[in-house]
Amino acid sequence: MEYLDFELPIKELEEQLDKCMIIGEESEVDVSETCKQIEKKLAETRKEIYKNLTAWQRVQLSRHPNRPYTLDYIRAICGETFLELHGDRNVKDDKAMIGGLGKIGDQSYMFVGQQKGYNTKTRQLRNFGMANPEGYRKALRLMKSAEKFGIPVVCLIDTPGAYPGIEAEERGQGEAIARNILEMTRLKVPIIVVIIGEGASGGALGIGVGDKVLMLENTWYSVISPESCSSILWRSWEYKEIAAEALKLTATDMKKMKLIDEIVREPAGGAHANRDKTFEIVKNKISSHYEELKKLSPKELVKNRMDKYANMGVFNG
Amino acid sequence: MSSWFKRKEKGIQTATDQKKDTPRGLWYKSPTGKIVESDELAKNYYVSPEDDYHVRIGSKEYFEILFDKNKFTELDAKLSSKDPLKFEDTKKYVERLKAAEAKTGLKDAVRTAVGKSLGKDVVIACMDFSFIGGSMGSVVGEKIARGIDYAIKKKIPFVMISKSGGARMMEAALSLMQLAKTSAKLAQLADAGIPYISLCTDPTTGGTTASYAMLGDINISEPGALIGFAGPRVVKEATGKELPEGFQTAEFLQEHGFLDFIVHRRDLKKKINLYIDLIENNPVRG
Repeated sequence: MEYLDFELPIKELEEQLDKCMIIGEESEVDVSETCKQIEKKLAETRKEIYKNLTAWQRVQLSRHPNRPYTLDYIRAICGETFLELHGDRNVKDDKAMIGGLGKIGDQSYMFVGQQKGYNTKTRQLRNFGMANPEGYRKALRLMKSAEKFGIPVVCLIDTPGAYPGIEAEERGQGEAIARNILEMTRLKVPIIVVIIGEGASGGALGIGVGDKVLMLENTWYSVISPESCSSILWRSWEYKEIAAEALKLTATDMKKMKLIDEIVREPAGGAHANRDKTFEIVKNKISSHYEELKKLSPKELVKNRMDKYANMGVFNG
Repeated sequence: MSSWFKRKEKGIQTATDQKKDTPRGLWYKSPTGKIVESDELAKNYYVSPEDDYHVRIGSKEYFEILFDKNKFTELDAKLSSKDPLKFEDTKKYVERLKAAEAKTGLKDAVRTAVGKSLGKDVVIACMDFSFIGGSMGSVVGEKIARGIDYAIKKKIPFVMISKSGGARMMEAALSLMQLAKTSAKLAQLADAGIPYISLCTDPTTGGTTASYAMLGDINISEPGALIGFAGPRVVKEATGKELPEGFQTAEFLQEHGFLDFIVHRRDLKKKINLYIDLIENNPVRG
């Protein structure tokens, strides 16, 4: 387990608890009362720390090295039924964007999402979750295929942005994202979007248009990362905390601005503290939203979705 | 010393309304060093005659070039930006807005209008780079959306002239959602079977490229325009590689399959209308 700066009190208590249990096992002394007290303190500390997180701390949590990634969710949610599908039928298979079919209960879903790696080697393979145009085109291919067979789409978002590479530009990164956004606004099957980590700008929105857009509690979603915002507007990397506040990028802010539909609470201590419970929560959310959305005709579905996005924006006059 | 150097009367006597300012911008110097008189430049569609350099211009000039006799009706001219996030970096967003409005005389970074071009109605949305870098916030999204609604209602072709650094950071995620909003409207325009011409001018980058700029039935551009998703500096920093020659120019994009053609500004009006006549299967106007 890795710990962020502000999580260190939790680490300390967890270590104390481990020691306490070892003493209990190795000696005759009854430590159950002491252990219980440490456990209680641990729960309280966790609650206290997670109660008052700053925007920047949430950004850090969204990137927590132990946080579950897209494939972790899909594998846990669909188990053996998950069938990964590859390729954009044009250039190559983008490893930063994954997709495939899987079941929740009796219902099939088409999953797409950015994938990050968990160690140096896989991080490189997954290009740190930064998709190329072929990734977005692969996602669109899968979504269109789902539309053809009336299968609902689930998008899991976790990206620091679309990849700003030379070849990405040559192959039309902007066009790929734009095309996805347009086609998603009129896709005739339900789309449920869940921000599970980082939701950076066009790279996120390129698979982020949906009937229901949910954000896990410790994630962020905005037009730019706080670091890049700091470097552009303050001309220094030092203002990332202030930029994180200014961008109003937390789930709470996004809900307040009516740019997302729902905040999904994470288990105490965040998604990484209890992965299984997190998977269960997300799975239930997908099912319950689908149950509601499937009542709508394709026409109503598309109209509601378009109206929702058409109403986004704040201006005078 | 000659006496005519001496000021006879004390102080400056000229009344304010009699004062003569030195006209600004009497000359224009293109990046290759060619010098041209401003009047001559305007007559030449703001293209430097010697080297064909296409000078950055705004909605005022494009409307003049595209609408017959510069006659048009502006749509939703009064929409203006709010500051929903109370955004402040080194400067308050509200102050940036005020300064931009004072400097440019514009309400925001896009103007939309309807008028005749070669005798037939067309809706044109044109961005102004001079207003906070042509950045796209709520107002830009709303005006484009309403412009498209108008085009659908009246069954008039829609022309988008992009010139933008991308989404407006000071409206954060609200700006981001304008990508979805404008794209949803373009999907409706497409479903209605109305032609959409996207002209990408120098520069067209970021969120603009990742939405309406790349979604035309035809995407066209002017010579030498910078068009890309990530800006060249960002690409260079991210990859640590030297950028290929001509990277992200209009010519580069055409070569890679993202532009239908590049048009000299003097032919812009003719070419756009030619496309409209051809795609609508109407007689070609002269």
